[in-house]
Amino acid sequence: MEQIYARTKAIQEDKVSGFCPGCMHGLVVKLIGEVLEEMDLVDKAACCLGIGCCGLQMDYMAYDNITSPHGRACAVATGIKRTNPDSLVFTYQGDGDFASIGLAESLSAANRGENISVIFINNGIYGMTGGQMAPTTLIGMKATTAPGGRKAEEHGYPMHMCEILNQLTAPVYLERTSCNTPANVIKTKKAIRKAFQNQLDKKGFSLVEIVTSCPTNWGLDALKSLEFLEEKMFPEFPLGVFRDR
Amino acid sequence: MTRVFMKGCEAIAEAAVRAGCRFFAGYPITPQNEIPEYFARRLPEVNGTFVQGESEVASISMVYGAASAGIRAMTSSSSPGISLKSEGISYCAAARIPMVYSNISRGGPGVGAIQPAQMDYLQATKASGNGGFEMLVFAPSTVQEAVDMTYHAFDYADRDRNPVLILADGVIGAMMEPVVLPEMKSEEEVRSIQEAKRVWACVGHKLDYPNRAWIEPGHWQTSDMQRANEEAAALYKSWEKDVQVECYQTEDAQIVITAYGISARIAKSAVNLLRKEGIRAGLIRPITVHPFPYDAIASLDYSRVKAILDVEMSIPAQMLQDVQLAVKDRCPITTCLCSGGNIMGREMIIDAVKNLLK
Repeated sequence: MEQIYARTKAIQEDKVSGFCPGCMHGLVVKLIGEVLEEMDLVDKAACCLGIGCCGLQMDYMAYDNITSPHGRACAVATGIKRTNPDSLVFTYQGDGDFASIGLAESLSAANRGENISVIFINNGIYGMTGGQMAPTTLIGMKATTAPGGRKAEEHGYPMHMCEILNQLTAPVYLERTSCNTPANVIKTKKAIRKAFQNQLDKKGFSLVEIVTSCPTNWGLDALKSLEFLEEKMFPEFPLGVFRDR
Repeated sequence: MTRVFMKGCEAIAEAAVRAGCRFFAGYPITPQNEIPEYFARRLPEVNGTFVQGESEVASISMVYGAASAGIRAMTSSSSPGISLKSEGISYCAAARIPMVYSNISRGGPGVGAIQPAQMDYLQATKASGNGGFEMLVFAPSTVQEAVDMTYHAFDYADRDRNPVLILADGVIGAMMEPVVLPEMKSEEEVRSIQEAKRVWACVGHKLDYPNRAWIEPGHWQTSDMQRANEEAAALYKSWEKDVQVECYQTEDAQIVITAYGISARIAKSAVNLLRKEGIRAGLIRPITVHPFPYDAIASLDYSRVKAILDVEMSIPAQMLQDVQLAVKDRCPITTCLCSGGNIMGREMIIDAVKNLLK
């Protein structure tokens, strides 16, 4: 029988992910692995992992990776890419990492136009530490550190990283996608491919923001989480290409 | 070998380039700005990379990245900036990443003073970040020593896969002195050093590569974390062989001064003047402040030594704690201190020694 699908070799065969059921991290990591394999880049890949749930893939990806200090993945990637321009250097960061503690490193790397690719997982909540408020938490959304829900007058508004980075001159590619439907999974995979191709073409800074679910900390089951994405997250974080040069 | 007249900060940067350092990231802070400025000019000449980071935190992370990619990399700062770098320093130590950094220290705590001081001894030698890691810490007392220490620091860092600290101060950094610069490593040597590190460097490897290049500053499994800590502890223990100390005129000394870095240089000059007056003073100068030369102090003849005078540009005294550990109450220890950006005066030391003999 003809084999039409196989697990990507960029993930180790004998390992399992540590992600919760219904979480989209595992799916995104699989997409990255598939793109690396299809583009024949596995042996050039250097992944700078953020701190938080994204670090759960540390032990099961089959390509080189480095765990960055919390929020500093773009700075670590700068150090690797500047000294090893032949490596395919990308960061994998959550919203707390990329948009809160790492805001300076993220904006500055984008502003310098570092020739790196950023995969940014936005699920509106801190996952690993157990449901605290993120810079991307929606107004009214409950978090363990905002038990009455996020209030604009106290916590400010959700941060839109694609839109913020779109104010800078240097970035070449900014797209927000999701993985809630097969069509969006395919779009996300294309976006990752584009971000990597831009780096190969020495174009500069590319960001793929992927709006995902966190059933565990949203307190919803996997299917309800998908509904929450469509009804609440996408109106706040509209999907689409913000810049493509 | 020719002698050149150079400022301490610039001499440190040139020594690093000659040792094969090809990446520097840093953030401006007085009194060490000449180090990043020198690298910004110099590194492009040798196909190296200079980045002015958006902060000390980012700069050390860039160095962590470059060093994890197998490049000889360095950063530098001064006291408050070193505190900010402690996050990345701890990551380098945890992941066993070789890199070199210098602290051109100034007054503290807090933003402190921009003038020279020795307020970071305890931070440098005991806890440069979370997690109880250790580093070789070299304390130069001349620009020449700063050059030689920086040059060799990269070899120590690579030998141990561990960060190395050059603990200097604002005097050493700002002072101009004649120095003999070490030999420039050839491009072939620099390349071969990088190549040797590719076995573990995070730069991309083939899928069937047996030894995955995972740079791990931590572990999910507690057993892995304990093993990593045990290996690090064994490394730190092996540094007994690396202790360096200068014992100056201690053979017959009645008063022994303990001092490091610029204070030790001033103290040495005080010893010379005291000797001219017939006063038997001596000096023990830790060259490595970590590991500390406890034996050199412990093995003094305490039937002859009347007192120890600990001289530091720090209030309260900090190295004093290590001196006390070595002396073990076998003779009195007093201190001669200044702080706040004030530089130790030779006369202060001479008076303090004479007071001890009254």
